[in-house]
Amino acid sequence: MSESKKHNTEEVRLMKGNEAIAHAAIRCGCDGYFGYPITPQSEIMETMMELEPWNTTGMVVLQAESETSSINMVYGAAGCGKKSMTSSSSPGVSLMQEGISYIAAGELPCLIVNVMRGGPGLGTIQPSQADYFQAVKGGGHGDYKLITLAPASVQEMADHTVLAFELAFKYRTPAMILADGIIGQMMEKVVLPPFQPRMTEAEIAEKCPWATLGKPAWRKPNIITTLSLDAHEMEETNIRLQAKYREIENNEVLYEEFLCDDAEYLVIGFGTCARVSQKAVEMCRAEGIKVGLLRPITLFPFPTVAISKHADKVKSMLTVEMSAGQMVEDVRLAVNGRVPVEFYGRMGGVVPSPDEVYEVLKSKLVNK
Amino acid sequence: MTTNDIINPANLVYAKAPIMNDVPMHYCPGCSHGVVHKLIAEIIGDMDMQEKTIAIAPVGCGVFAYKYLDVDWQQAAHGRAPAVATAAKRLLPDRLVFTYQGDGDLAAIGTAETIHACNRGENIAIIFINNGIYGMTGGQMAPTTLGGMKSSTSPNGRTVPLNGHPLDITKLLAQLDGTCYVTRQAVHTIAAVRKTKKAIQKAFENSMAGKGTSIVEVVSTCSSGWKMTPEASNDWMVENMFPAYPLGDLKNE
Repeated sequence: MSESKKHNTEEVRLMKGNEAIAHAAIRCGCDGYFGYPITPQSEIMETMMELEPWNTTGMVVLQAESETSSINMVYGAAGCGKKSMTSSSSPGVSLMQEGISYIAAGELPCLIVNVMRGGPGLGTIQPSQADYFQAVKGGGHGDYKLITLAPASVQEMADHTVLAFELAFKYRTPAMILADGIIGQMMEKVVLPPFQPRMTEAEIAEKCPWATLGKPAWRKPNIITTLSLDAHEMEETNIRLQAKYREIENNEVLYEEFLCDDAEYLVIGFGTCARVSQKAVEMCRAEGIKVGLLRPITLFPFPTVAISKHADKVKSMLTVEMSAGQMVEDVRLAVNGRVPVEFYGRMGGVVPSPDEVYEVLKSKLVNK
Repeated sequence: MTTNDIINPANLVYAKAPIMNDVPMHYCPGCSHGVVHKLIAEIIGDMDMQEKTIAIAPVGCGVFAYKYLDVDWQQAAHGRAPAVATAAKRLLPDRLVFTYQGDGDLAAIGTAETIHACNRGENIAIIFINNGIYGMTGGQMAPTTLGGMKSSTSPNGRTVPLNGHPLDITKLLAQLDGTCYVTRQAVHTIAAVRKTKKAIQKAFENSMAGKGTSIVEVVSTCSSGWKMTPEASNDWMVENMFPAYPLGDLKNE
């Protein structure tokens, strides 16, 4: 066995998606994690506390008194140019919306992980995707967007942790990993990202000249604020934010296609629903029915252009979600009435089976 | 003494703190905020901490504190300043991190953040301006509004059945093991201003020495919110606020 191969073998680990996020965050040089326990994502903070990164990388891990406090600790850390994150599940993420709006307005980079469970209200602890609207349409008050990544495997939980921080710092904007409870809880093989050192203060001062590290005599004070009393000044801020979101839409769309080249019918799903749907697509293909799957990896920016192109080729589409039908609205906007867009969803923590999706594909698309 | 003697730098007895920005202040005449800002600016200068200071501004009249002091600032969401400060200090332990908060921010909407930051013993200083009213939003009732005191949301005076009791949060914070220095001061006389300056300096020194959380409450006036002249406000504060919020150290470890 060669050295490199041996190294790779050693790096393959078996763990939960939540654990993969904790490991990946420490490895990619995260400076601070601030969180509050909630099922089904508590393993993220538990893993960090077990790993004690303050003894190795110097990362701060702190259990806060609430999700409100957690997200404001992230604000404080991000304002200092530090790589900071929090994680929660649906009810907790609702509580964070005030802080997320401030972070977006303050143009601060950070990572927020939402391992979704069934709602509304206290809901269930079983998996859901019903926070799609909250994540991609804003969630808190005012016009802002979150870069939203939708992992569909434990490997992507690790990879997206690294990617989310990269994008957050590239655009000075909060990024969210929007996973469902299955992706957080299931165990799979994962290759963890390589270790990167945390940014030094000199590196932060260079890469984040806006960071509040203390004012040296040679520069003006750095002030992180989200307040303007002048409406026109506030509109300028909004125009700048919107220009940034258009740039993100132009540059950062990610999606994956499965058997789409010759497809007559297209299924669209993210996270766990993409994996369930893939099985249903395989069942259809075994019968010679030409069905393809498009899996959005970024939910904002949404793969609008890719879906629009398919609308010129396929007979009809089906979106599969663990919600009452949220992403389907963005699919219909992309398709703009050119072909029928059907929806199949389960709610409240119920996960659709491949058989159900197969039946819906046949009844709503193929045999229509 | 001639004019030339007076302007001779050798005879200078007082000057504006260099950290105070030369801009017009939005605070009303008679407001205590301006005096406290000046004290903070002087202390940061005296301690030579300008390059090491990260200040956290609240929501309320103090929100614009960042316009007046020439240091790095973060303006927190309403009540969240202690959480914001917690992260800044934990990630940059050699910095001077303090929050500047009013009574609505600290003792109503931010009660949880305040108590838990203090209970964890975060090495931050909290400067707490208590004037018993919401100044910026136009004189509504605060958690620290006195019984019988009129405000725009208690127009006939605060009553216990409707509004509960005035909250002495500073007394509560003094009970927590995480706090090392809890004091209540005022800035209505020269002597009081001097004592407040010493208190804030001690709070800053404590946080740099890693002793835990220090709280300096400054019982303050709000002549606009109280609808009194600045002079009458000072008298009213001495007569009414001080009995409810007596000055002095509540804890000094």
